[in-house]
Amino acid sequence: MQHETPTLYGVLAEFASADELVAACKRVKAAGYEKVEAYSPLPLHEVNHALGHTSKLSSLIFCGGLTGALTGFGMQTYISVFDYPMNIGGRPYFSWPSFIVITFEMTVLFSALTAVIGMIALNGLPQPYHPLFNSAAFERASRNRFFLCIEADDPRFDLAEAKKVLASTQPLLVEEVPH
Amino acid sequence: MTVDSTSALHLDEPYARPVLVEGDRDIAAVTRRVCGVVEAPKPPKAWYVAITITSAMTVMLFGCVAYLIATGVGVWGNNSPAFWGWDIVNFVFWVGIAHAGTLISAILFLLRQKWRTSINRAAEAMTLFAVCCAGLYPSIHVGRIWVAYWLFPVPNQMQMWPNFRSPLLWDVFAVSTYATVSLLFWYMGLVPDLATLRDRATTKLRKGLYGFFALGWCGSARHWQRYERAYLILAALATPLVLSVHSVVSFDFAVSQVPGWHTTIFPPYFVAGAIFSGFGMVVTTMVPARELFGLKELVTLRHLENMNKVILATGSMVGLAYATEFFIAWYGGNPYERFVFLNRALGPYWWAYWLMVFCNVVAPQFLWVKKIRTNLWAMFVISIFVNIGMWLERFVIVVTSLTRDYLPTSWGYFAPTWVDICTFAGTFGLFLTLFLLFCRYLPMVAIAEVKTVLPAAHPHGGHGHKEGAHHG
Repeated sequence: MQHETPTLYGVLAEFASADELVAACKRVKAAGYEKVEAYSPLPLHEVNHALGHTSKLSSLIFCGGLTGALTGFGMQTYISVFDYPMNIGGRPYFSWPSFIVITFEMTVLFSALTAVIGMIALNGLPQPYHPLFNSAAFERASRNRFFLCIEADDPRFDLAEAKKVLASTQPLLVEEVPH
Repeated sequence: MTVDSTSALHLDEPYARPVLVEGDRDIAAVTRRVCGVVEAPKPPKAWYVAITITSAMTVMLFGCVAYLIATGVGVWGNNSPAFWGWDIVNFVFWVGIAHAGTLISAILFLLRQKWRTSINRAAEAMTLFAVCCAGLYPSIHVGRIWVAYWLFPVPNQMQMWPNFRSPLLWDVFAVSTYATVSLLFWYMGLVPDLATLRDRATTKLRKGLYGFFALGWCGSARHWQRYERAYLILAALATPLVLSVHSVVSFDFAVSQVPGWHTTIFPPYFVAGAIFSGFGMVVTTMVPARELFGLKELVTLRHLENMNKVILATGSMVGLAYATEFFIAWYGGNPYERFVFLNRALGPYWWAYWLMVFCNVVAPQFLWVKKIRTNLWAMFVISIFVNIGMWLERFVIVVTSLTRDYLPTSWGYFAPTWVDICTFAGTFGLFLTLFLLFCRYLPMVAIAEVKTVLPAAHPHGGHGHKEGAHHG
């Protein structure tokens, strides 16, 4: 057993429905496993609840938006008031109401870029390789099947034990996935 | 997208809702059906015919643009007093069409209108392609296109900065932000579906290409969670953005002092018109596309009917705006304003005005009748009227005001040249070519999102809600 651990990524179970996946997540969590991940062709909030996932993306996006707003307003103020003051129809140089539109656009632009780039980066994408791509069954994870993987680097991991827990959740298939 | 969003609030439906996906309602079938279009060895014959015509038109567009760049903006009909002509009309027309995509993908998402899932991908793609056509016009209208970067606050050799008090500069920011955000939204939505195509690919080339753009997406719960969070916030950002873009476009007119332009009704009136024209274009393209690619079970008559209802509502708003403009022209007591509106209806461009009223105000009213609203031919014809009417609206606004402003000595009559006409036809070529390529090579329906509205996908364990509770 011990000599296998470094090359083993985890034990993967396949389920036919979202219901079964959610039930399996709860059972595996209850058995004390921490390094567990579910895979599905569509987002499932119940799975996130069951596995206790949280994300700091929202606060990141807020910071992005704030940066955008400050950049937009600051850029316009610097250019129109200090660097290149132009007298346009006698309006004051610091005519801030006319800066609002671009400030708004920059806020949206920066937040949207933070949202997408942040999502990609926090998810560790792009990932050209993932051990689960070694599994032939895993191809169905993007179509109609639901998967649950107990990873081998879980402190409580024991191959026979993990297989037993997964087998008790009525999966279609349980298999070992190599690195 | 949200699967359990309604689980806390479970009410008995007052009436049975029609299903969102017809036929085989199982998630494997949805995958097969949508991917089948992309994976078919050959597209339908009509696709070849269509793309031959549209790519020829696109070549014509490039020819016209090259001729314009080589010669100058004088090849268009723009001349004193109408220095804005078809270029601005077409710019506003295409930006308007772009609005439906964002409305469907962002606003309807926030309003939890789950029927949007079958049409949002195609509508977002249309947004992107329409923005390409729109963006082309101002960039070639500047004349010396090689210095178009002067529009942006980029340090240049003249050591000058743009004027941030000008609505034209606001427009540069609004449209470029809109293009960027639309692209991000569309691409992010595509990632899980590209992964599906990657996993189903049978050739190395397809696996490589779809795999590259799928970024190694593996559908893990953690990924989905961040994805959904990003999607929700993007929708929340795109909603005020889409309203701001056409408002800013309307500022190009409203902030000036030209009679007929200088009105406060412009922002809401332009936004309603943009949604109206955008939905018109979505119906025009989706009716043939769903026939051609066999997606009738996913894009059902109910989807089309809902879009027709939006067309009816926004068309009526546009009609109300026309009436309000006339009322204010009379009630405001400004003689120039009053003249401009009388001139619109009775002056040299009376034909454009009344055709516009017929297309935008009268034609959509037929959609009150359910039989018409659910008839493919009828809705197709009405949507064409909407497209024509909304183009005429921009023509009427731009040209009647410019050719009849304060001084009768500077009055004129605008006539387009062949370059104007061919460039405009060419943008349709570009738009449709891109759309046809999209239909053939990318999933036209958001596969992962449609799966979320299927009853089979809903976990019922532990939440205690009834089987099949989420049909709508």
